[in-house]
Amino acid sequence: MGETTINVNYLARVEGRGALNISISKDGRVEDLQFRIYEPPRFFESFLIGRKYYEIMELASRICGICPVAHQITALRAIENALGIEPSQQTKDLRKLMAISAHIQSNVLSMYFLSLPDLMGYESVIEMAKDHLELVKRGLKLKKLGNDITDIVGGRAVHPVNAVVNGFTALPRHDKMQSIRKRLVEAKQDAYNTVDLFSKLEIPDFNRNCEHMAISDKKEYAINHGRFKSTEGLDIDEMNYRDYIIEKQVFYSTALHSQVKNRGSFMVGPLPRVNINNGQLSSDARDAMKRSGVKFPNYNPFVSHLARAIELIHNLDESIEIIDRIPLKEESRDFLCKAGFGAAITEAPRGSLYHSYEIDNNGVIRKADLVPPTAHNAYNIEKDMNEFIKTILNLPKDEMILKCEMLIRAYDPCISCSTH
Amino acid sequence: MTKKPKIAIFKFTGCAGCQLEILHLEEIFLDLLELFDISYWVMVKRKNDEKEWDISLVEGGISTPEEIEEIKQIRKKTKLLVAFGDCAIGGCIPSIRNWIPQMETEVQVYPDTSLIHSMKVSGIGEYVKVDTILKGCPPHRETIVEFLKSILLKIKPRLKHHPVCVECKFRDNACLITSKKMACMGPVTSAGCGAICPSLGRECEGCFGPMSNPNSSALASIFRDIGLSDIDIQRKFRKYSGMSPEFKKEAGY
Repeated sequence: MGETTINVNYLARVEGRGALNISISKDGRVEDLQFRIYEPPRFFESFLIGRKYYEIMELASRICGICPVAHQITALRAIENALGIEPSQQTKDLRKLMAISAHIQSNVLSMYFLSLPDLMGYESVIEMAKDHLELVKRGLKLKKLGNDITDIVGGRAVHPVNAVVNGFTALPRHDKMQSIRKRLVEAKQDAYNTVDLFSKLEIPDFNRNCEHMAISDKKEYAINHGRFKSTEGLDIDEMNYRDYIIEKQVFYSTALHSQVKNRGSFMVGPLPRVNINNGQLSSDARDAMKRSGVKFPNYNPFVSHLARAIELIHNLDESIEIIDRIPLKEESRDFLCKAGFGAAITEAPRGSLYHSYEIDNNGVIRKADLVPPTAHNAYNIEKDMNEFIKTILNLPKDEMILKCEMLIRAYDPCISCSTH
Repeated sequence: MTKKPKIAIFKFTGCAGCQLEILHLEEIFLDLLELFDISYWVMVKRKNDEKEWDISLVEGGISTPEEIEEIKQIRKKTKLLVAFGDCAIGGCIPSIRNWIPQMETEVQVYPDTSLIHSMKVSGIGEYVKVDTILKGCPPHRETIVEFLKSILLKIKPRLKHHPVCVECKFRDNACLITSKKMACMGPVTSAGCGAICPSLGRECEGCFGPMSNPNSSALASIFRDIGLSDIDIQRKFRKYSGMSPEFKKEAGY
């Protein structure tokens, strides 16, 4: 066996601009490995300084077109933590419905449009549609459901408009919520079929015991609130995040690499969520998880697809629950502005997302610190790749490259986010 | 059947929200595949045709020397070049940093700035000729469909040049400026969204960029009358289109 190099200069079917460069010596040693994110930085942490606290959810939304909702809600919660605001239960519920709808949209996009073509042997969903039209239609229908819920609750699917500090500028209409409810019930079979599909498709048999992290809450499947927990015993409050998680710059990437202080890389995303919080999944989602025949906790990053599918069932169930209990009554959004520091961690579709802000007495942002899921994952993707590549060295080069790309796509990286 | 128009979709400095809107055309997405040959779209396809394209939809602004070269190459290979969304038109939200010295911006994020090749962000029109612009952060799906239909019909798309105020009138919205003294950007902002924000009780923030020939200074003086400070007015204009000729005076450029 000769020396092998892998150069993917523009990774396809992921959001944003990244590359993968690996070189392996003749004796199968990984000599160099870079998940090279060359997305141009936009410097949100710089230009948010000097803006008013009430603009931040709108500006931070523009970090990402796929997960704007997660950035909005995280920004709002961090700002509210700084100002000492506790939003009403209705606001929390509506935000959760909005966050879940974004998970449905984004995770269906990842499963059906970005990764399924790999698992079914097509270059894209466009090619796949020629042979598997019904499958693509199912994906489009599920994705549309997620988008329509975001639209009804947030006013617009991409960069929603009416979630503001301490509430919403307008509440969704009752009749629209009921029509959504009906579609959520109907979508359940599609969600079961999705779990079925992803539990049967062949994925690489690759396990790496790394630290998995997600926010966690005893009472509910944590998306917008929870303590930041890991499979290695980390259990922290969001306000203390920076005491435990650090970032390092690497010369080949515009995304900083996160790691646990004095420990190393870690993984965030649907798989860590399901591993850590499966006790809080809806009973139907738990049943589907058992029926899938795949064991959890699971440390095969390729099982992330199945984790997304299991979450999809839960997301439909919890959306229905929220619609059924929400009173939709007008509430006051009044509060006082004061100086302070606030941090928040939420679960974006791709995993844990951290925002923190320092606000002065005039409501002007003085410091911003943002860590998106893919910045959390970048270092861990390299660690996974370093092990995974050794297991596929006997494959023809084309297949080897495809498998490497598939590992990256299993994380569903959002590269614009990671650089921000 | 005549040959399908060949489309390419590119991403520069931006958030992918604009190109995602094409995937979000869920109900007609499969029809689009029948009518157009989407030959380059890295976010969706693994095999991309880099030859020539009839239409290039370019999302994102230009903020690195490499991007300048790339957009020039794309221009050479494209018949109809579209600035797709506010970032490609004028840098959008990331252009807020153009008022901060570059070095100050970089040290805020990176310990070693020698590794970063970044410049002030601008629209693609700064470097190449642009044939059409589709406004919005993101552009409205109806606008995208209108544009794609016009390509097939070989006619000029009917893009909106009037302000958001007209759409508010169509929806019978009470004016937020006169009735609630809210600092609404609607009077200077291009229509196309259907007045989403004012219809939901929120002031327009200007995410569709300037309408044609707006009176920005008059709106700034109204903002002053309803109690905004000079710096608050500057923030209003220095957001989605601060660098535009229409807004740059009020944005403090």
